[in-house]
Amino acid sequence: MEIKNLTITKAKESLKKKEFSSVELTKVYLERIKQLEPKINAFVTVTTDEALKNAKVADEKLAKGEDAPLLGIPLSIKDNFSTSGIRTTASSKVLDNYIPPFDATVVTKLKDAGIVMLGKTNMDAWAHGSSTETSDYGPSKNPWDTNHLPGGSSGGAAASIAADEALGAIGSETAGSIRQPASWCGVVGLKPTYGRVSRYGVVAMGSSLDSPGPITKTVEDSALILQVLAGRDPMDATTSPKEVPNYLQNFKHDIKGLKVGISDDYFDGVQDEVKAKVEEAIKLLEKLGAQVKKVKLFPPKYTIAVYTILQRAEVSSNLARFDGIRYGNDRSYFGDEAKRRIMLGTYTLSAGYYDQYYNKALKVRTVIIEDFKKAFHDVDVIIGPTSPTTALPIGASEGQSMFGELADVLVEPSSIAGLSGINVPVGFSKAGLPIGMQIIGPQFAEEVVLRAGYNYEQANPLFDKKPNV
Amino acid sequence: MKYTPIIGLEVHVELKTKSKMFCACSADYFGQEPNTHTCPVCLGLPGALPVPNKLAIEWCIKIALALNCEINEFSKFDRKNYFYPDLAKGYQISQYDLPFGHDGFIELSNGIRIRIRRVHMEEDTGKLTHQDGVSLIDFNRSGLPLVEIVTEPDFHNADDVKEYLQKLQQIVRYLDVSNADMDKGDMRLEPNISLALTTSLRGVKDDEAIPFELLPNYKVEVKNINSFKFVEKTINYEVIRQEELLEKGERPAQETRGWDDTKQKTFSQRSKEDAQEYRYFPEPDIPPIVTTKETIEGYKKSLPELPDAKLKRFEKEYQLSPYDAEILTRERELANYFEKTITSLRGGTTKQSPVESISPKQIANTIINKKIDITATSPEELMKQILASSQTVQVDEKELERVISEVIKENEKPVQDYKNGKEPVIMFLVGQVMRKVGKKIDAQMLKEKLQKMLQ
Repeated sequence: MEIKNLTITKAKESLKKKEFSSVELTKVYLERIKQLEPKINAFVTVTTDEALKNAKVADEKLAKGEDAPLLGIPLSIKDNFSTSGIRTTASSKVLDNYIPPFDATVVTKLKDAGIVMLGKTNMDAWAHGSSTETSDYGPSKNPWDTNHLPGGSSGGAAASIAADEALGAIGSETAGSIRQPASWCGVVGLKPTYGRVSRYGVVAMGSSLDSPGPITKTVEDSALILQVLAGRDPMDATTSPKEVPNYLQNFKHDIKGLKVGISDDYFDGVQDEVKAKVEEAIKLLEKLGAQVKKVKLFPPKYTIAVYTILQRAEVSSNLARFDGIRYGNDRSYFGDEAKRRIMLGTYTLSAGYYDQYYNKALKVRTVIIEDFKKAFHDVDVIIGPTSPTTALPIGASEGQSMFGELADVLVEPSSIAGLSGINVPVGFSKAGLPIGMQIIGPQFAEEVVLRAGYNYEQANPLFDKKPNV
Repeated sequence: MKYTPIIGLEVHVELKTKSKMFCACSADYFGQEPNTHTCPVCLGLPGALPVPNKLAIEWCIKIALALNCEINEFSKFDRKNYFYPDLAKGYQISQYDLPFGHDGFIELSNGIRIRIRRVHMEEDTGKLTHQDGVSLIDFNRSGLPLVEIVTEPDFHNADDVKEYLQKLQQIVRYLDVSNADMDKGDMRLEPNISLALTTSLRGVKDDEAIPFELLPNYKVEVKNINSFKFVEKTINYEVIRQEELLEKGERPAQETRGWDDTKQKTFSQRSKEDAQEYRYFPEPDIPPIVTTKETIEGYKKSLPELPDAKLKRFEKEYQLSPYDAEILTRERELANYFEKTITSLRGGTTKQSPVESISPKQIANTIINKKIDITATSPEELMKQILASSQTVQVDEKELERVISEVIKENEKPVQDYKNGKEPVIMFLVGQVMRKVGKKIDAQMLKEKLQKMLQ
């Protein structure tokens, strides 16, 4: 079995054809995890027993001819998703001993879809950051160059895919936490519309922004997972009752006539190599039939302030429950980044400052939402670089309290507006580090975003290029 | 009086929904084993999310409507951030600037309108028990639906406060949305009390609200009182305590106090000199709540007849005294029982047609004076009883007159006494007649007959 070229789609076929069993497949991944983890540190917890148990059940079902969308497929899950009976730390020592008594809705759906859970992936503690360097369990490393960061906060998730430690990963994004690490690790990362995928059971960061989504090798695999995750959840009042389309049916259609918007502001301050690769990618899309046109968008740099205020405020409230009375470890276990965010959030919500900060940020958020709405009158998707840079070296985030916000500047506007978006790899820098392009669509336009990504990926397939770990 | 008490009131009413406010846990927590009515949501576990109970919101709006409030068509929940060990999430889901209801009133029997500032929805907290140096938390109560009703500082004495509370309790019971059982903590009362120099209020009429700038520069809040009697005692105690301080030239401290019923005094709990900092912001986990005009109209139409309206109708429609009408409308069940008895009387006895001779007032008297147990005697049974007693009289009219003549003849002395002006003696004669007849006859009717025949 050669897992290098394996995708979820291919593995499903092989499992059905009995070319290998889920237990065999799972063992290969567990073995690889064992081998690579000292180098990559993608996981906080590896759930070997759980994985083998899941795989055995999957094999029994496969033998009976039963089918499920992800039956027998080994996945990794970010450690901020509550998993019943399995410790869930959100990479913070505050929750070092916390074992949830319930599954996040996403986890329930994945279990129902037949997955094999390999383990819980490393992240920035509480999802605060874009490097995994704020993790209390040490940073994850970028498989393309282990002296570099994988990005974050879903850095372990993205690294687990790039290093072939899992066939697919579940991450979550508040602003960039799926797309940015996917970009730095050269994999596909899909951030669904806010409210498309349930947040129930996901350790909250910025509650008005958090969106769970898949990180995979291919666009098709992301579509497959999104199909499982999407939909209204009676346990999450912010999920949309909008019907879930059949993503798998439509994403392979061509993109002739697809209107692609480009905004100069999204190329401002972007590394030359990154800029060049993304421009190349846009040309390729044009060749495939897309119509490219310039659009004027609210400059991303101004969204940093809006995002920072909204998110810090929500963080300060969401982390209040870790007051030292329950969960074992007290507040002294909070890392510096969490403490900084709690302080800033508390300040911006304080009497006399609310109108000046939080309320004003809410107003600008509305402006940004309207701005995108206007742009989407003229175009179907907006394309630009996902990150201004390729992966930065280990240690880059140290002493940089706004590191995450700067690394995520290009994905923050669409996150604030709750839009759908995807990162698709478009090439490599001279140093051999991956470069990613983001495709942003309106709310609930995952179909279009996936279609654009798939067409590009087919024309420039990069997913079998692998790092040498 | 040198000082005028200025009193405002916050009341928390616990709704009697089957499930809690934001999760599916049973709300029937009273007397249950600790931490058995809990789930990730009401325990505030990481990642758990609140989903609002629609019925609780409907009931909150109905309370607001019954209190003559305006309803916010666009409303939302907010987070009230503060630390307390019984608060599972480190914040309470409440409502800040857009409560479901605002600007209503309750009218007291003296005609004074107590203005209601707001009616909002929030969740209850867990419960702490301190024993043997250990503190225990029970989350069974965590997340129960509470409606908070806040008045303007419109009260000036404990009697008005008590009447307001009785009316409020009566209204939520009429609406059938809360048991409003004081013993079980279904209603929690928090008066805030301060004193103003009476001279400073000159020009403000009795039934007028005191302008904000004339309010005292301090406020004493007494928390979590669970009986109307204690509220009364608290207010009366505080008025004296504060007066004494003011007379000494001291401003009473701005603080939260509690009522100690053993010592019959209030005691300081915590200072509130610094403004409370709750860092309210919109609850991102719950989308705003939109209640359309049509829905509000629908709720309005579905409201039962409320106590005040019922009382007035009883007085007018049944010619009851205010006293009787008040007793009969105190509880919705009793009022309904009274009216059912009337209906059954009017509907079921046309043949014998004694109906006209039995007035609603007689029914009211029977229910009130005989303290009829409405759970044991059905309205139909009561009707039969009343009819039976009146029919006896009707049927034996001639016989009755004969017996009365007999009694008059046999009791010369009492008859003479009566005629000489000793009126109460007539009741002796009534008794004699009844004994001879051997049946229970309507005493009022008999008395009138006797009076006629003695003329």
